[in-house]
Amino acid sequence: MTVRKNQSQLTADEKRRFVNALLALKRDGRYDAFVSTHNDFIMSDTDNGDRVGHRSPSFLPWHRRFLIQFEEALQSVDPSVALPYWDWTTDRTPAASLWAPDFLGGTGRSRDSQVTDGAFASSGNGWRINVRVDGRDFLRRSLGAGVRQLPTKAEVDSVLAMSTYDMSPWNSASDGFRNHLEGWRGVNLHNRVHVWVGGHMATGASPNDPVFWLHHAYVDRLWTQWQSRHPNSPYLPTSNTRDVVDLNDTMRPWGNVTPADMLDHTRYYTYDTAA
Amino acid sequence: MSGITRRQAIGAAASAAAGLAAVGAARASATGAEPHDQAHAGAEPDSFDEVYLGRRIQGAPSHDGGHHAGHGGGHGAGYSVRIDGDELHIMRNADGTWISVINHYEPRATPRALARAAVVELQGATLVPLAPPAV
Repeated sequence: MTVRKNQSQLTADEKRRFVNALLALKRDGRYDAFVSTHNDFIMSDTDNGDRVGHRSPSFLPWHRRFLIQFEEALQSVDPSVALPYWDWTTDRTPAASLWAPDFLGGTGRSRDSQVTDGAFASSGNGWRINVRVDGRDFLRRSLGAGVRQLPTKAEVDSVLAMSTYDMSPWNSASDGFRNHLEGWRGVNLHNRVHVWVGGHMATGASPNDPVFWLHHAYVDRLWTQWQSRHPNSPYLPTSNTRDVVDLNDTMRPWGNVTPADMLDHTRYYTYDTAA
Repeated sequence: MSGITRRQAIGAAASAAAGLAAVGAARASATGAEPHDQAHAGAEPDSFDEVYLGRRIQGAPSHDGGHHAGHGGGHGAGYSVRIDGDELHIMRNADGTWISVINHYEPRATPRALARAAVVELQGATLVPLAPPAV
């Protein structure tokens, strides 16, 4: 059974295996297919039109399915690997071990934001940015430059306290848990973390930075924690909602999975500690 | 020059000429409030055309949705933004703010602020031409 662990608790061997599996997917082209899929959805999900991956109720089940698929790809390379999560309320500075050279590498240099250490630096290892929105083919970050502070535990708790999953108009203007977690409204959790990392993480092609998976694994865990706190709060909406994925509608691009299928993560993985 | 186009090189030179300190300052101003450029949900923003940090940025309403790739002129924004002639993929949020594919998670008040933020982020690099989503 897959156990997702806090990234700060990984052993040196677990970090090495995770990094090596990422590099293997990059080499065989599968990694870039995930980046393409994400960017396609980012560009096509709109507040007043069809929306599946973002700015909509299915933001959480869509990313859960996306991460499961990615984790299965990693496990096809090394069955011992599970996606770690990054609790950015705790590991909230560029000095965190997450950003050390033996794991994801650090922030970009000032001249061009290029990441220069770790396995994903442009020199060596072949981490070339192929699915990109501009001409640069090296991984970029500017930790803490776009916004100074990552969300705090108190800010996370204020969002977890919201008892309604999502509300009409089911987009970036919505009140409720989903949109506050996504960050278009309120204290801003998920979106702010993308901005704090900067570089590729701030763009539509954000999965180019491997931290994308650790960020979303934690967002996914927050959904689980919210479910524990509000056991009687269902996924919404449930039926006949224009442009929006209802509880039992299938989600693109898979076509065979619904939000209802994604509500119980324990069918796929568990966590290192109780939610 | 392998791996870099002439225009990229020119863009990089222009950016360098503008000065790294200016880029730092621009990062602050591009995110700040602009008194002449406030967002009004529902109101169509005006066109603009200026040189910002050595790059030409242009924005205009686009009611002819047909020929633009992606959402630039389609059901996305009804407005298109160009940087040195290349279209920047933009999107309008329900509250009237704007995002682009370069700054996707941080809404700006106006298309001009969005274009300026993209120029700062690009650091002289050229945009990759828009491709229609494959979904």
